[in-house]
Amino acid sequence: MAKTYAEINEKIKKGQAVIVTAEEIIDIVEDKGIKKAAQEVDVVTTGTFGPMCSSGAFLNFGHTQPRIKIGGGHAYLNNVPAYAGLAAVDVYIGATAIPDDDPRNKVYPGEFEYGGGHVIEELVAGKDVRLEVSSYGTDCYPRRKLETLVNIKDINEAVLFSPRNAYQNYNCAVNLAERIIYTYMGVLQPNLGNATFCSAAQLSPLLNDPLYRTIGIGTKIFLGGGTGFVAWHGTQHNPAVKRKDNETPQAGAGTLAVIGDLKQMKPAWLRGSSFLGYGATLTVGIGVPIPILDEEICRNTAVRNRDIWTQVVDYGKNYPNNIAGSLGEVNYEQLFNGEIEVQGKKLAATPLSSYAKAREIAGILKTWIKKGEFTLTEPVQTLPGLESGATVKSLRERPIKQSKSERRD
Amino acid sequence: MIVSRKIILHFPKDMVEQPLVSRLAKDFDLEFNILKASVTPNEEGIMHLAIKGEKGNYSKGVEYLTKAGVKVQQMGQEIKRNDDRCTHCGLCVSVCPTPALVIDKKTREVVFDSGHCVACEMCVRVCPVKAMEIRF
Ligand code: SF4
Ligand code: SF4
Repeated sequence: MAKTYAEINEKIKKGQAVIVTAEEIIDIVEDKGIKKAAQEVDVVTTGTFGPMCSSGAFLNFGHTQPRIKIGGGHAYLNNVPAYAGLAAVDVYIGATAIPDDDPRNKVYPGEFEYGGGHVIEELVAGKDVRLEVSSYGTDCYPRRKLETLVNIKDINEAVLFSPRNAYQNYNCAVNLAERIIYTYMGVLQPNLGNATFCSAAQLSPLLNDPLYRTIGIGTKIFLGGGTGFVAWHGTQHNPAVKRKDNETPQAGAGTLAVIGDLKQMKPAWLRGSSFLGYGATLTVGIGVPIPILDEEICRNTAVRNRDIWTQVVDYGKNYPNNIAGSLGEVNYEQLFNGEIEVQGKKLAATPLSSYAKAREIAGILKTWIKKGEFTLTEPVQTLPGLESGATVKSLRERPIKQSKSERRD
Repeated sequence: MIVSRKIILHFPKDMVEQPLVSRLAKDFDLEFNILKASVTPNEEGIMHLAIKGEKGNYSKGVEYLTKAGVKVQQMGQEIKRNDDRCTHCGLCVSVCPTPALVIDKKTREVVFDSGHCVACEMCVRVCPVKAMEIRF
């Protein structure tokens, strides 16, 4: 028996919908069987909370008197450069931006104490942020300098718009090199000293809808503690990776571009983060509701950690040199149990995305829907799937040849 | 006056630790107990020591190690976690040399037991949201 979005929303409004989390559905399917579970359950909520570097926000500050054209000039928020290649008073603050005078990795490993992610967290927390602008002045925008405090509640728009979040699965990282390395996957000890991983696995949005049957453009989601939408497929969206019989990809695959009003988000779910030796970023909370339209969708949401697999990747030599290759396949039950075996060696595995927070997000989303505050949206277009032929390519470098007449010097 | 201290020794790479440390007992009459040692070839070596002895001897012993090129760090400070900031990501667990930071298998929260902490500060350096703090 299939259900429709409209039927489920009707039930939500009447307070009759059955909503469970992506953890709870596992036992329900186990106890009642897939048929009954798919009939009884209307929505399964998912969650993830991890560092997501391709995140950022558009801000529109409003015009000054006299006017200034930030576009084409330079803009800084708490010393962190914001992208100023837009119109007069729009900027984009990206999560990984860091102050010009940050020592970076000069003193290795660098600390990257403050960056764009931290600016976003402070904005969302309602703190005043220093805006400093220098520009060139025009007839219609004569002003050249601006230094002021700004606050999210006073500016016209603050929109979180992130081109790639919520990776469907991710590598398990190890280090085959003979020295300690500091990566976006944390600190990796030499000679297979430890392993790290970064997925909410059985709670993770796209692992519960592996073939993108319900998550598409226009899907309303939990984003940074407020509501947002899936705007597009994320950059590097790669549906064509190898999959298990349960359709889950065996490596990083689909991604989401997401958008939402930053003004109603919460700092607890958008956390400025610093990765030792790597850089600054933003840790983002995302939750996606999955409507149980049929048995197939229900079966997908009941996926367990032990049935989701990923590849062990060497970040000592292979990853930095962009050499493909897996040292083996492990599942998330092993990873969450804290130990895996690679090349005959047992090593400790630790996460860097918070499963506890992912669980909390799935719970909050469930409460929102239960209370009727949040209803489901049917995607206006699905994400590119296996049939789309979409893949991710490496950059093919080509030499730049200039003719004499093209040279400007 | 007899003092007892916990210290962390950082050995530059390729330095042989054991003879240096043994001299603390032989030459300076200090009792020591190795709490933890991690030596990786071509890397800085780290050793956690509990030391007991006459105050003057203790100072001389530390001076001797420092002159030999060993960085000596006091473990006097206390590591605290700001629970409001911690996201339970788990990153600190990977660097903690003791069972002071472990993940509860049920709640999936990171549990901090300061009783096991040797104040090596590794978690302070890696915590992405600066939840681990040094208090003096
Ligand atoms: S690294 Fe920091 S935020 Fe993550 S679990 Fe440890 S103390 Fe908490
Ligand atoms: S300082 Fe941090 S890493 Fe070091 S022992 Fe204490 S809790 Fe563990």
